[in-house]
Amino acid sequence: MSTHIEATPAVKTVPPPAVSLGGHVRGYLARVRGGDIGSLPAVLGLLVLCVVFSIVRPTFFSPGNFANLFSQGAAVTLIAMGLVFVLLVGEIDLSAGFTSGVCASVLAILLATYGFPWYIAVAAAVLAGTVIGAVLGFLVAKVGIPSFVVTLAAFLAFQGVVLLLLKEGTNITVSDSVVVAISNRNLPPVLGWVLAAVAVAAYAAVQLNRFRRRTGRGLATDPLVVVLIRIGALAVALGAAVYVLNVERSLNTLIASLKGVPVIVPIIAGLLILWTFVLDKTPYGRHLYATGGNHEAARRAGINVDRIRISAFVLCSTMAAVGGIVAASRDHSVDPNTGGSNVLLYAVGAAVIGGTSLFGGKGRARDAVLGGAVVAVIINGMGLMGYSSGIKYVVTGCVLLLAAGVDALSRRRAAATGNR
Amino acid sequence: MSTSPSPLLELSRINKSFGPVQVLRDVDFTVTAGEVTALVGDNGAGKSTLVKCVSGIYSIDSGIVFYDGEPISINGPRDAADRGIEVVYQDLALCDNLDVVQNMFLGRERRTGLVLDEATMEELAAETLAGLSVRTVKSLRQPVSSLSGGQRQTVAIAKAVLWNSNVVILDEPTAALGVAQTGQVLELARRMADNGLAVVLISHNMNDVFAVADRVAALYLGRMAAQVPITEVTHAQVVELITAGRSGDLGLPAAGSGDDYGLNGARG
Ligand SMILES: Nc1ncnc2c1ncn2[C@@H]1O[C@H](COP(=O)(O)OP(=O)(O)O)[C@@H](O)[C@H]1O
Ligand SMILES: [Mg+2]
Repeated sequence: MSTHIEATPAVKTVPPPAVSLGGHVRGYLARVRGGDIGSLPAVLGLLVLCVVFSIVRPTFFSPGNFANLFSQGAAVTLIAMGLVFVLLVGEIDLSAGFTSGVCASVLAILLATYGFPWYIAVAAAVLAGTVIGAVLGFLVAKVGIPSFVVTLAAFLAFQGVVLLLLKEGTNITVSDSVVVAISNRNLPPVLGWVLAAVAVAAYAAVQLNRFRRRTGRGLATDPLVVVLIRIGALAVALGAAVYVLNVERSLNTLIASLKGVPVIVPIIAGLLILWTFVLDKTPYGRHLYATGGNHEAARRAGINVDRIRISAFVLCSTMAAVGGIVAASRDHSVDPNTGGSNVLLYAVGAAVIGGTSLFGGKGRARDAVLGGAVVAVIINGMGLMGYSSGIKYVVTGCVLLLAAGVDALSRRRAAATGNR
Repeated sequence: MSTSPSPLLELSRINKSFGPVQVLRDVDFTVTAGEVTALVGDNGAGKSTLVKCVSGIYSIDSGIVFYDGEPISINGPRDAADRGIEVVYQDLALCDNLDVVQNMFLGRERRTGLVLDEATMEELAAETLAGLSVRTVKSLRQPVSSLSGGQRQTVAIAKAVLWNSNVVILDEPTAALGVAQTGQVLELARRMADNGLAVVLISHNMNDVFAVADRVAALYLGRMAAQVPITEVTHAQVVELITAGRSGDLGLPAAGSGDDYGLNGARG
């Protein structure tokens, strides 16, 4: 009775058209022209910014400053990584900045006031983020308040919560050595090389295995050259980064030696890999994209759309908590400004600059890293050039607007070329 | 048809209102395996609503759904899918940002452990499309947004067929298609029925209906005017059933018999 319409094997065994390197490049260019620009603007922007700043301020290109970029951009990048999930399902979280502030306050109070060990304080801070996300998500998905309003209210309320937690604005010092290490210590140079080698080997293994499996089953793949070029590019990029970071950057090595990959780098890399895996390889990730692309279609496919939306807020606020911990570590302290002022805008900007769409359904974890790098470079470079905060805000605002404009225009272009 | 097999899906006295507007009124409807049942009716007659009641998108206010003779309750899309009831919606319900394979398996992804089994899904999708003799979709990995209307319709139908379905309901599948693509989709519907599926074809194109249907059911302002074998009616009779709810002995009792069903969205 239950009838699978039987396959005609003759049709199935037609081998997929072999794609040449040239064909692959042409396909990519066609997609870009069709409005599917992905992270191209972020990569180009990053290159242009780095070249310009290096010419105008040669110190920009020093190993010391390169290492600085990581600790400057880390918190924003981590918050942006969480925002990608919320943006993916077509929502927004304006409170992510102050969520990180609340969680950082929890961390600082547990460490400094109550003397808990670092792992309990960190766990409590992360948990606080998770709970906040669950509440926000519930209000959006179940009660039905637009996320813009829910998180705008939370933005205001959390600002107050931070003040209350910090007793009207005292500054709490964070001195726990493990927490401080997160943003301030470096890996031993050898460990940096080992991690880079492991990362490249693992990437190569995954990519080649996938290529072998798919060609073995007669499925279309990217050409082997492209796979090898990707692996090579990663090896070169990681190798260069580790090499530069392992250069001595202390001005006076008699006082202290300063070299190695900052501890925060493998933390960000680990989370990047985790969330990329979740988004690309798991049914849950697929359902996030589906919910953002067409929530009615997702619902009809039997996906629990409410649960997906709540989970996006949970992940976002949890990542904001991680960002707050990193910020507290970097500043050695928590004050009412932690996670405040422009943190949220930088984070949303980072996600959007990296290629995540404000319209939902399009975004990747790596967008946060790319966009976070752009934001960090702008702040850092303009700082080196001695611009005032006023000008920095104006420029960052303009860059965010530019990124959102590119997002909107590429969407229109895609709609026009039937590539929506 | 001559053996009059027992119906696979039978709806009995289904009622459905949206607020004050009663869209379905005591609707009876039967669907038989191996047949194409055409469901016809004017715009707003309630065809799509009836389908959504069967597929669990809407809950019914009253009435019974029998499946294979057993009364069943359908509380969500999963319940219908579990019974092998698949719907290709008028608005297709595809995710533009996902590719063909991802759409076909949406909500029912194959996995190995935690991880999506992309290769198997891609193979099964290719098999299904091949089984439907679909040659129009070039790459299974292109986003659905880049497909033409006919290709999207094909993907949506293939998605419904993929699941060992027993009942496939097509809601106006040819409304947005050109002549050639319409022919392909109708052929597809016929082939599915010949393979033993119960196919429901919603349409208000008489040519489509008479080309493939075994049986025709006409909805008129939310009420089932008649459900008859296609061989027993003419074009003109079906058109009358659609526009007036009755044709000769067929259809709803003549108006003026006391109750004026003025509510069905046609008030005023
Ligand atoms: N979700 C809804 N809420 C309120 N009214 C609805 C809804 N869906 C359909 N209707 C109404 O129900 C009637 C039947 O609609 P529909 O089932 O889409 O008709 P058809 O598919 O036969 O053209 C129309 O009058 C329509 O306005
Ligand atoms: Mg309809």
